[in-house]
Amino acid sequence: MNDITETRKPPVATTGILGWLRMNLFSNWVNSLISIFVLYILFQFVPWILNWTIFAADFKYNFNGEEIINREMCSRVLDPENGGACWAIIYVRFYQFMYGFYPREEVWRVNLSYIMLAVAVVPLLFDNFPFRKHFLKFTYVFPVIAFFLLNGGLGLESVSTNKWGGLLVTLVLGCTGIALAFPLGIILALGRRSNLPVISMMCTLFIEFIRGVPLITLLFFGMVMLPLFLPEGIDMDGLARVLVAVTLFQSAYMAEVIRGGLQAIPQGQYEAARSIGLSYWQMNLKVVLPQAIRISIPSIVNTSIGLFKDTTLVIIVGLLDLLGIGRGALADTTWLGLAYEVYFFVSLVFFIFTFAMSRYSLYLEKKLKTGINMGAD
Amino acid sequence: MKKLLSIFAVSVFAFAANAGTLDDVKNRGFLKCGVTTGLAGFAAPDDSGEWAGLDADMCRAVAVAVFGDRSKVEFITTTGKSRFPTLASGEVDMLARNTTWTISRDVNLGFEFVGVNFYDGQGFMIPSSLGVSSATELDGATVCIQTGTTTELNLADFFRLNGISYEALPIETNDEGKENLFAGRCDVYTTDASGLSSTRAAAADPGKWLVLPEIISKEPLGPLVRHGDHQWGDVVRWSLNAMIIAEELGVTSENVDAQKSSNVPEVLRLLGVEGSYGEMLELAPDWAYQIIKQIGNYSESYEANVGPDTPLEIARGLNALWTQGGILYAPPFR
Repeated sequence: MNDITETRKPPVATTGILGWLRMNLFSNWVNSLISIFVLYILFQFVPWILNWTIFAADFKYNFNGEEIINREMCSRVLDPENGGACWAIIYVRFYQFMYGFYPREEVWRVNLSYIMLAVAVVPLLFDNFPFRKHFLKFTYVFPVIAFFLLNGGLGLESVSTNKWGGLLVTLVLGCTGIALAFPLGIILALGRRSNLPVISMMCTLFIEFIRGVPLITLLFFGMVMLPLFLPEGIDMDGLARVLVAVTLFQSAYMAEVIRGGLQAIPQGQYEAARSIGLSYWQMNLKVVLPQAIRISIPSIVNTSIGLFKDTTLVIIVGLLDLLGIGRGALADTTWLGLAYEVYFFVSLVFFIFTFAMSRYSLYLEKKLKTGINMGAD
Repeated sequence: MKKLLSIFAVSVFAFAANAGTLDDVKNRGFLKCGVTTGLAGFAAPDDSGEWAGLDADMCRAVAVAVFGDRSKVEFITTTGKSRFPTLASGEVDMLARNTTWTISRDVNLGFEFVGVNFYDGQGFMIPSSLGVSSATELDGATVCIQTGTTTELNLADFFRLNGISYEALPIETNDEGKENLFAGRCDVYTTDASGLSSTRAAAADPGKWLVLPEIISKEPLGPLVRHGDHQWGDVVRWSLNAMIIAEELGVTSENVDAQKSSNVPEVLRLLGVEGSYGEMLELAPDWAYQIIKQIGNYSESYEANVGPDTPLEIARGLNALWTQGGILYAPPFR
């Protein structure tokens, strides 16, 4: 009669938190062991690091309530057993970490540039941004405005790049390097695949040469040898020389990444574009590159993150980027020995930027559905 | 990134750039001085972003000599590798960058060391619990040593001369040496004595560490300029000498005004009350007075930056005046 069995709830062990735990952490004995081991490490480590970085740490005042002005006043120097991080070194030198030695009365120019950078970049990144078209017009003129704002000119007092430092230098190098290397990389990638032997050979030579030497070598090249090639009497700014080196380096890597994307586009796409009468540039700009760049996104972001971190190498040629300012702080006799705090802070700042970049890349990949049924669909 | 306009302007006037360095500096309106990217006691930015240290004071002294204003200097940071090309290319007017005066640098690289503002030398640091009071007792010790440096060669020489053995723990950077010593992975850390002092100052408990008395190498550190511009070399040389002579004569930033009516002839010459030494150098008559007034004499600069009252606690030692057991000696001011 009633042969329909009544619906039963699924076993407790497969639903809810318990089910999740069983599925993900304890599905067999090897995974269980690994999970227990990892949890043990986390329990050991996380409370300690939270305590050191936050709960037991000094920010502006030590445990006696005095404002910290040197290393001797840090709680962890007064009481090595209980004191946590002494963030006062970061607090006191925050200006230097952000702007280097930029004159204080002119610092609004840097702040304005930071804000304008956000206004220029955010609409570029999200295509559903309101009034995006109008914002993008601003994005194109932003580099020019930022150049005059930071450097001076047009009635603003000139600020020599020797006074730039900290995050400012890191961002200028990172943003300019990435922004200039992208179009250069596309041209080099197209050039390398060109049917014209001279162009293809020149691009290949350039890419292989740049990829064949370490970034440090290029930085030295920019710093020491570039001035030799310039006419006498023209001294090129140190930061500009480093920028040239960084951009060349990055464009070679970018070219190879994009060439990888170009190679993944089926021949049929080229032929189809040709058959409807598109010219070489029309074919590339309207048909091939949009697809090629789409599948290259993970690698493009990867090399960009790499470059952003590689900018710390500029300390070798005497530019004080974020890390360089940190090391300068450690060389001040007032703060000797607070290396953990400085390196922790610098890595945190780098992490924020690189993590944002990698999350954005994930978002793009999801939105554009890269890698699924490319080309032929 | 440099303003295009000024590049054009500079290229138009390029032919005018062959004048002496002193004129270049005067025309530019400030001195460009090459310093380290940060070395405790010698040159490092303080909390307000001002460069401070023995070498930074050297730069300021020259700026004061030329302009009478200690702020008329732009510090260009250089590394051990970039310092010489930076000076050679004219990007800086002088280097005060903790640079050892050697024959090859003086002769072959085409630079002129104008004097010595710090006599350094390689030393040893040990935990005081080791119970050793002389480096000759270090037989069989594990030594942290930076590879590829002259200190490595000096170390080998020293141990061979004394007929004792050691085990080397190669390291790359000063920080690495510091960590290894503090962690007890080596018994001894050896580098320049000033570097040892800053390492010791950075320790959690400086009292637990000992710098041994032996100094096994000569490292005279001094400011340098390009070969061939003797007028400019003289300005830098005598800016340094003025500070040393001021200490010798007991002239300090505190009493310099009172000393102007001193009855010691050399003091009067130094402060520009008598003679025309400023004119000879093409500087203001009171250039040395201004250096002492705004920077202080050598002793004041030493005490403020590296002396026993600073965390570095470097005793005067060799850097004391020749009259006080050191070898600091400036030619007479006449």
